[in-house]
Amino acid sequence: MVEKTDSKKVAQRQAMPEQKPEIRRRNFEEVPVGYTMEQAMAEASRCLQCKKPGCVEGCPVSVDIPGFINCITKGDMTGAIRNLWGKNSLPAVCGRVCPQEIQCEGNCIMGKKGEPIAIGNLERFTADYERIQGSGELPPKEKPTGKKVAVVGSGPSGLTVAGDLVRKGHDVTVLEAFHKPGGVLVYGIPEFRLPKEIVFSEVAFLERLGAKVECNQVVGRTVSLDELFAEGYDAVYLGVGAGLPKFMNIPGENLIGILSANEYLTRANLMKAYQYPKVDTPIPRGKNVVVLGAGNVAMDSARTAMRLGADTVRIVYRRSREEMPARKAEIHHAGEEGIEFCLLTAPTKFVGNDKGRLTGMECLRMELGEPDASGRRRPIPIKGSEFMMECDLVIVAVGAGANPLLTQTTPDLSLNKWGYIMADLETGKTTKKGVWAGGDIVTGSATVILAMGAGRKAADSIHKYLTWGW
Amino acid sequence: MFKIVQRQEMAGGTIVLNEIEAPLIAKKAKPGQFVILKANDAGERIPLTMADTDPVKGTITIIYMVVGKSTALFKSLKVGEGYQDVIGPLGKPTHLEKLGKVVCVGGGTGIAVLHPITRGLKEIGNEVVAIIGARSKDILILEDKMRAASHELHVCTDDGSYGHHGFVTDVLKEVLQKGGVKLVVAIGPVPMMKFVSKVTAEFQAPTMVSLNPIMVDGTGMCGGCRVTVGGETKFACVDGPEFDGHKVDFDELMRRLQAYCDDEKKCYNDFCTLQQA
Ligand SMILES: Cc1cc2nc3c(=O)[nH]c(=O)nc-3n(C[C@H](O)[C@H](O)[C@H](O)COP(=O)(O)OP(=O)(O)OC[C@H]3O[C@@H](n4cnc5c(N)ncnc54)[C@H](O)[C@@H]3O)c2cc1C
Ligand SMILES: Cc1cc2nc3c(=O)[nH]c(=O)nc-3n(C[C@H](O)[C@H](O)[C@H](O)COP(=O)(O)OP(=O)(O)OC[C@H]3O[C@@H](n4cnc5c(N)ncnc54)[C@H](O)[C@@H]3O)c2cc1C
Ligand code: SF4
Ligand code: SF4
Ligand code: FES
Repeated sequence: MVEKTDSKKVAQRQAMPEQKPEIRRRNFEEVPVGYTMEQAMAEASRCLQCKKPGCVEGCPVSVDIPGFINCITKGDMTGAIRNLWGKNSLPAVCGRVCPQEIQCEGNCIMGKKGEPIAIGNLERFTADYERIQGSGELPPKEKPTGKKVAVVGSGPSGLTVAGDLVRKGHDVTVLEAFHKPGGVLVYGIPEFRLPKEIVFSEVAFLERLGAKVECNQVVGRTVSLDELFAEGYDAVYLGVGAGLPKFMNIPGENLIGILSANEYLTRANLMKAYQYPKVDTPIPRGKNVVVLGAGNVAMDSARTAMRLGADTVRIVYRRSREEMPARKAEIHHAGEEGIEFCLLTAPTKFVGNDKGRLTGMECLRMELGEPDASGRRRPIPIKGSEFMMECDLVIVAVGAGANPLLTQTTPDLSLNKWGYIMADLETGKTTKKGVWAGGDIVTGSATVILAMGAGRKAADSIHKYLTWGW
Repeated sequence: MFKIVQRQEMAGGTIVLNEIEAPLIAKKAKPGQFVILKANDAGERIPLTMADTDPVKGTITIIYMVVGKSTALFKSLKVGEGYQDVIGPLGKPTHLEKLGKVVCVGGGTGIAVLHPITRGLKEIGNEVVAIIGARSKDILILEDKMRAASHELHVCTDDGSYGHHGFVTDVLKEVLQKGGVKLVVAIGPVPMMKFVSKVTAEFQAPTMVSLNPIMVDGTGMCGGCRVTVGGETKFACVDGPEFDGHKVDFDELMRRLQAYCDDEKKCYNDFCTLQQA
C-alpha cells in the first residue's frame, strides 16, 4: 500500500554537517558532526508516520521508527530514547554504522520519489542527546533470580545479551579476551566513524546496571566452558565474533609491509598506534598504500592509512563499483578523502627487496562474466593483462573466518563446514546444553544490528531456560 | 593490576625476573606457554614465556631481556607495583613425552624458557643432556637451575670466559655423534635455533624450536605472528610457538622481526633519555 505524499512534507532531507574532506583526511575525529535539535526536529517532521511503515520492515530488529520519530517532532527526547531502547540497546552505535540504505532507509516510502527520512541520523541524535544531556536514569530491573550467566565476548551481540539478562534479574559476567571491552566496535571500527567513548559509555551503563565485565579472559585458554559450568554458571552465551583474518594465499604474502586488516586496525584503534610514539605500539606508515577488498573493513583501513599520512591510498577490488559491499556513506566518504578505486583488478603476487620489505604488487585486470552463487557477476581474469603496482604497504581486507581457539577446546559444540558454531536461528541454542551462540561466530561476518538481533533472541531463550529449563 | 611480588636482576641488569600474581593463569599454565603483558594504558602488548608457575601461591614468573622501550619500562617496575594486563596462558603447551635420550639447547633468555621444559622432560623419565650458552660468563643465566633440571650440563661462552669456548652447536655435534638422541629442543636467538636445526638435520635428530615473532593479540585474530613452516603459513601464537626446526623458514622470521626496527629504536632512545633526565 502506498501512502499519499503530503505536498507540505516534501521538504529536503537535512544534510548531516560533516568535517571537510581536506581537513578530516588527516585527523581521527569523527566525520559527521551530528544534527542540532532544530535540524533533528526538521528532519523528523518530514516523516509521514505511515500506518504500515516500510522502514520498520527493513530494520532487522523492527525498531518502532515512526514512534521514536514522532517523539522527536514533539521535542520529547526521553520518550524517543525509551522507544528506541525497546528494540535496540545500542542506538548510538547503530545510528552510525547500520547499512541504512539497504535496511530502514532503503524501505522508507519517502525514498520512492525523493530522499528517505534520515533514520540513522535521527537515531544517532536521540542516543547522543541521552548520553550527553539525558537523565542517566537506569531502566527498571527485576529482582535477583540467583542464576549466573557468562557472556563470552563483549561485541555488540554479547553486550546485548548482558543488558537484557541483567535487567531480568540474572547475575551476568562478560568475559572478554582483549584488555578492553567492545569487540569490533573497539578494535575494528575507527574512531573517526565511531568514537570509542560511545562504546565505553555503553559498557559503563551495563556495569551500572550490575553486569560484571572481566577483560583478559581468553575462554578456551584461561578458562574452559566446562570449568565455567563447574564454577556455578547456569548458562553461557558465546558471542566471540569472526576473528580469523583471511589472506590471499599468493606468493610473497609474508613480506614486511603486508598486514591483515585485523592487525592494522587493532594497532590503530585498540592500541591507539596513530598516537605513536606517545603510545608504545607502532604501526607501519606507508607512502603508497594498497587495500585489498571493498567492504567496510577495507574502507576503514584505507581511510586510516590516509590519516596516517600516506601519499596515495588505493582500494584494489576484483569486481566493479556496484558490487562493493561497504556502506554507501563510507564509499562516498572515502572517495571524498582522496582514496582511489582500482576496480576490476586482482593481485597475483607481491614482490619485495633484499630486506624482505614489500615494494610492489603484480595485478591482473578482470572483466565481469555470468552471475555466481552470490548473485554477483563473477570476475574473470583478462589474459596477458598483468601489470605492476608500486606500493610499500598492503592491507588485506578480504574477509574473516571463524577463530578456532574456543571451539577447538570444546569438542561437544557442533560446527558447520566453515567452522562456525551451529545454533538454532530462532533461539541461539547450540548442541551443547546450557550454551547459546550468536552474532558473527554463527552467521559469519555480518552486521552490528544482526549480531544484536541474535543476542536479543538468545537472551529471551536463556531467560526461558533459567525460568523453566532447557 | 597484576602485582609483582618478587623481582630480581640478572646478567648485570640486562635480564630481569618478575614473579607476578596471576592466580587464574598460574592454575592453568603448562611448560612452553606464554603470556601477554601490558604495563599501563599507553603500553604495548608484549609476549613473554612463563619461566615458572606456582599454582599454590598463584604466581607466574617471567624472565626477560631488556631490548627496547617496553622491556625497559617493565624493568622500571618495582615490587608492589605491577602490570595493568596479563593475558594467558597462550600458545600450545610443549608436548612432553618419555623418549629416552633428549638434548635441550638454550641461549640467552631462551634458557629461561627452556628450563621448565627441561625439568618436565627429566621428571617423566628422559635422560636429559642440557647445553646452554651465552656471549660471556657475566650474562649467563640459570646455570644452577639447569644443572638441577638435567643429568648432564654443558656450558659454552662465545668469548671463552667460562666453560667451553665456542658455540652450543660445537658441543651439540659431539653429543649427537655419540648417537641415541631421540629429540633436540632448542630455544634461544633465531640464528642459534637456525644453526642448531642445521646441525641436527645432518644427524636426522628430530628438533623442536620455540619461535618469537612479533605478536599483537596472541589469540589468532591478527596474523601478525605468521611464520612459514614446511612451506605453509602458520600463526605462531595458536599453532605454536613450538615447531619442527627442520621445517621453519628462519630467514623469513629474522627479517620479519625487523619490521618496526627503526621506529622501535627511536622509541627506546626517547625513553632512555627521559629516564636519565
Ligand atoms: C573494520 C570493521 C568495520 C565494520 N563496519 C561495520 C559497519 O559499518 N556496519 C555494520 O553493521 N557492521 C560493521 N562491521 C561488522 C560488525 O562489526 C560485526 O558484524 C559485529 O561486530 C559482530 O558482533 P559480534 O558481537 O558477533 O562479535 P565481535 O564484535 O567480533 O566481538 C567478539 C568479541 O569476542 C571476543 N572474543 C573472541 N574470542 C574470545 C574468547 N575465546 N574468549 C573471550 N572473548 C573472546 C573478541 O575479542 C571480541 O571482543 C564491521 C566489522 C569490521 C571488522
Ligand atoms: C611467544 C614469545 C615468547 C617470548 N618469550 C620471551 C622471554 O621469555 N624472554 C624474553 O626476553 N623475550 C621473549 N620474547 C621476545 C619479547 O617479546 C621481545 O623481546 C619484546 O617484545 C621486545 O619489546 P621491546 O619493546 O622491549 O623491544 P622493541 O624495541 O619493541 O623490539 C626489539 C625487538 O623485539 C621484537 N619485538 C618487538 N615487539 C614485539 C612483540 N609485540 N612481540 C614479539 N616480539 C617483538 C622485535 O624483533 C624487535 O626488533 C618472546 C616472544 C614471543 C613471541
Ligand atoms: S537499528 Fe539500524 S536498521 Fe534499524 S532503524 Fe536503526 S539504523 Fe535503521
Ligand atoms: S520513516 Fe519513511 S517509511 Fe517510516 S514512517 Fe516515516 S515516512 Fe514512513
Ligand atoms: S599474534 Fe595475532 S594472530 Fe598471532
